[in-house]
Amino acid sequence: MAIIDLSKREVHCKIVYYGPGRCGKTTNLLYIYNAMNSEHRGKMITIDTKGDRTLFFDLLPLNLGKIRGFNIRIQLYTVPGQVMYAATRKLVLKGVDGLVFVADPLKVRKERNIESLADLGRNLEEYDLKFDEMPLVLQYNKRDLVDTPVPTMSVDELTEDLNKELKIEAFEAIAVKGTGVFETLKEISKQTVHHVATKHLLNKQNP
Amino acid sequence: MPDYILTSEILNKASDILVNSLINAGVRTVLLIDSAGNILVNCGQESEDVDSISLAALAAANLGATSQMAKLIGEDDFSLLFHKGKTGNINFGRIGNDLILVTIFGEEVSLGLVRCRITDISESIRKIFEG
Repeated sequence: MAIIDLSKREVHCKIVYYGPGRCGKTTNLLYIYNAMNSEHRGKMITIDTKGDRTLFFDLLPLNLGKIRGFNIRIQLYTVPGQVMYAATRKLVLKGVDGLVFVADPLKVRKERNIESLADLGRNLEEYDLKFDEMPLVLQYNKRDLVDTPVPTMSVDELTEDLNKELKIEAFEAIAVKGTGVFETLKEISKQTVHHVATKHLLNKQNP
Repeated sequence: MPDYILTSEILNKASDILVNSLINAGVRTVLLIDSAGNILVNCGQESEDVDSISLAALAAANLGATSQMAKLIGEDDFSLLFHKGKTGNINFGRIGNDLILVTIFGEEVSLGLVRCRITDISESIRKIFEG
């Protein structure tokens, strides 16, 4: 749920990184946090368990500069990926404006990816939202594992599993090294701001 | 859950109510947020010093988690959520369906007074944002 503050000329949007446990959602946020100038980002909040799994969520507020005189402020959230944290995942999704689904390429996580995407669909439905009405981007993370002996899935296999019907933009990434992280962020921010602006601002300013 | 479009008029109206009722009674900081953790109104002496973005996100999550706990024991929701510190206290209250009022205050103000004032203004604040 976006906030458009006409008095301060600010637009606030919420983008959630979703995906199965250990796929690299928090790693995406950490890379962005470390790479961005402190003027453009706020503090990163992480609520972890001891085994550094996200317990509740991570939050990273960003200031993306101005578009048409409006300051664009984005809050990036992650959800806990583990199946047992279903209730928290749903809570974090409340008021979401844009989504990144981070997929794990390990062959052993094939089913987890599919389950997690289906879980996202169900949670969105509970908030009366649908995949095809939401800004949504896929990220195929950990592509560096392809060159190692660890059995991984190809981009084609991941596309077949996750993007056959959605047909949305997908990025290959190595979040620990930053590859593809900003490309993903740039695309989802663009889609989200466009979605919110089209809904509330552009129609009214330029009828 | 609706998107909010905030105009100066809406913000000034809400801010006036919060300042007159709570800040003038000695409350340090008042944050009016939505249940997704976005800040709608931020007022009070220390509002510039408090990391309000983080506070709002954690407050919304805290209330969300508390509400789920209530359901686990057969309640709809808990009506009181309050944390007491050595010199600072924080109270959370729901307004309407989607708004949360976070008040931060010290020992000089009683919880009872804060809660009475919040009850008094809840309906006016709700009407401003939810109509």
